[in-house]
Amino acid sequence: MSAAIELRGVEKSFGNVAIIRNINLSVAQGERHALIGPNGAGKSTTFNLISGYMAPSSGSVLLRGQIISGLPPYQINRRGLSRSFQVTNVFANMSVWENLRCAVLWATGHRYAFWKNIDNLPEVRDRTAQILADINLTERRDVPAGLLTYAEQRALEIGITVAGGADVILLDEPTAGMSHHETEHAVALIRRLTEGRTLLIVEHDMSVVFGLADRISVLVYGQIIASGTPEEIRGNPKVKEAYLGEEAA
Amino acid sequence: MSEITSSAAPPLPAPAEKLKFYGLWVGAAIALLLLPKIFSSGGSLTTFSLIGISIIFALSYNILLGQTGMLSFGHAVYYGLGGFLVIHAINIIGANKLPMPLPIVPLIGGLTGLLFAVLLGWVSTKRSGTAFAMISLGVAELIASSALILRTFFGGEAGISANRTKLLRVFDWNFGPQIQIYYLIAAWTVIAVIAMYALTRTPLGRMCNAVRDNPERVQFVGYDPHVVRYLAFCFSGFFAGIAGALAAINFEIANSAYLGAVQSGTVLFATYIGGVGFFIGPIVGAIFVTFLSLGLSDLTPVWQLYFGLIFIAVVVFAPGGITGLLMMHRPLLKAGTLPRVLPSYLIALVPTLAMIAGLALSIETIVHFTVSPGDDSHIKAFGVSFDAASPYIWAMAAILLIGGFLVARRTWTWVGHAWDHATSTAREKGIAA
Repeated sequence: MSAAIELRGVEKSFGNVAIIRNINLSVAQGERHALIGPNGAGKSTTFNLISGYMAPSSGSVLLRGQIISGLPPYQINRRGLSRSFQVTNVFANMSVWENLRCAVLWATGHRYAFWKNIDNLPEVRDRTAQILADINLTERRDVPAGLLTYAEQRALEIGITVAGGADVILLDEPTAGMSHHETEHAVALIRRLTEGRTLLIVEHDMSVVFGLADRISVLVYGQIIASGTPEEIRGNPKVKEAYLGEEAA
Repeated sequence: MSEITSSAAPPLPAPAEKLKFYGLWVGAAIALLLLPKIFSSGGSLTTFSLIGISIIFALSYNILLGQTGMLSFGHAVYYGLGGFLVIHAINIIGANKLPMPLPIVPLIGGLTGLLFAVLLGWVSTKRSGTAFAMISLGVAELIASSALILRTFFGGEAGISANRTKLLRVFDWNFGPQIQIYYLIAAWTVIAVIAMYALTRTPLGRMCNAVRDNPERVQFVGYDPHVVRYLAFCFSGFFAGIAGALAAINFEIANSAYLGAVQSGTVLFATYIGGVGFFIGPIVGAIFVTFLSLGLSDLTPVWQLYFGLIFIAVVVFAPGGITGLLMMHRPLLKAGTLPRVLPSYLIALVPTLAMIAGLALSIETIVHFTVSPGDDSHIKAFGVSFDAASPYIWAMAAILLIGGFLVARRTWTWVGHAWDHATSTAREKGIAA
């Protein structure tokens, strides 16, 4: 079985500055994989390269064995890979309901249809309602997304990401800026929504990472210096030195 | 329907609401049917016809601006080309006695608009924002200047004309009298408005809003924002073409002004003043601007200047347009706190009107001395005669303008306080503002 996501010798430079330097990474299907590393290590850039937001300077990205690097984001999304954003990126003037519905439309096959009444599509309604209930925003259904609280917006962000039913999910710091209590909620939500799917997550909160991930990769200065189970990473001297530092000691 | 759907999804409209909704459309259609019975003069029929055309054009423009977030400076291209093609079509149909009656001729205009949108739209909709606005301006200038160069098709300065009465008759109507043209335009207006409303309720229509709000994120839910913008552009071109066709039928002439920057500006103007955030906004704007341009041009020679001032005032003080301004009051109406703000409006109205009167007086006086200083200084504007050379008039203008502003500024603060008070009470009652 081919890996859900595979990066082969991926490099990305902006001008003369190499941000990503030869990454090789493989995430198995159904695995929860965390990508950690200090600020500026290139975690978000890696996400951008996988999701098609940017094209790699060299190397290739594979989704279930097929090369996707160079494809535009919407085509990668249609192949079953969906990502969230570190900075909340929703449809601010539209209601929570409409936000989620937009994320469901392509996956339910309605595409650019201009001959169908949006209120007359039962499967769109059902799926949107399901996601709305999953992210616990039923009470806030008709509120414009821009007026939600921060934690609610983060939940909506995850909701939009999973609504299309993609089986490979990329979450970019889903709990950033949340209180301890909110983080617990978010982790439970992520666990529930990514059940049976492949998850690649960037996260700074080490309790989240070690609690959630099956495997962890450590990215430092655009290179993966270690990859393994949480135990292996915890015991890896290179990781301790380069990243965890005294924290892990 | 699953259990979750029934608990989490917004309720589908109840039969009573549906009835109310369809009743509104039927009511509007009946009103259009009866309108000529109440206002039967030739002048009012012409006005209504122009309003109908303007409504279709403004709504088609709002598919771009309000729905999809594309600011076009060249929408008249599709309106004008629709008009020109229809004039040619009428001439060809009339000369060859083709079996095509006038009521379906506007479709030719629509298809022309669609065709050119299909041809010109792909490149310009690649990006939204400034790039789109600039390309739309460039294309508009290109087409408008070719209208003066390609004389055989566009007829040069004079334009081309046609006789709409020579076509196949339906119900023994020859579409000579304005009343018949009024009904033709009214029918097309109803059809076009319903079609454009329906478009907003489709998957494409909803994704247009998503592209407007956040084109980046749209790409990560499977959609190509370029395709969404392009399709919106094509629909917009189609309906603009219908509007242009109706205008050509109404005037029996098409000339380069149809395609020009003024026409493109007017539709932007009407749409924005009406309010881009609501479906009904451009309709309100089209009615307002048509009445205003017909009315103001009788009252003052520099009516376009006042137009510009109104536009600036709307952009600065009421970015939601007239409709947005009215809709702001809905929560207050629901909460019953509207009467708390109305008195402050009335108080503010007096000095504000005084200020506007002073402004108008100053403008007319300055215009007199800059445009025609040699003429008799006894001028008439807005139906009021005064001596532009009189120092008393200058003093009065200054007092009204400056005094009005100083007093009005204080009353506006009161309006603000009354507004805050009324909205916070509404919010306490659980009605979101």
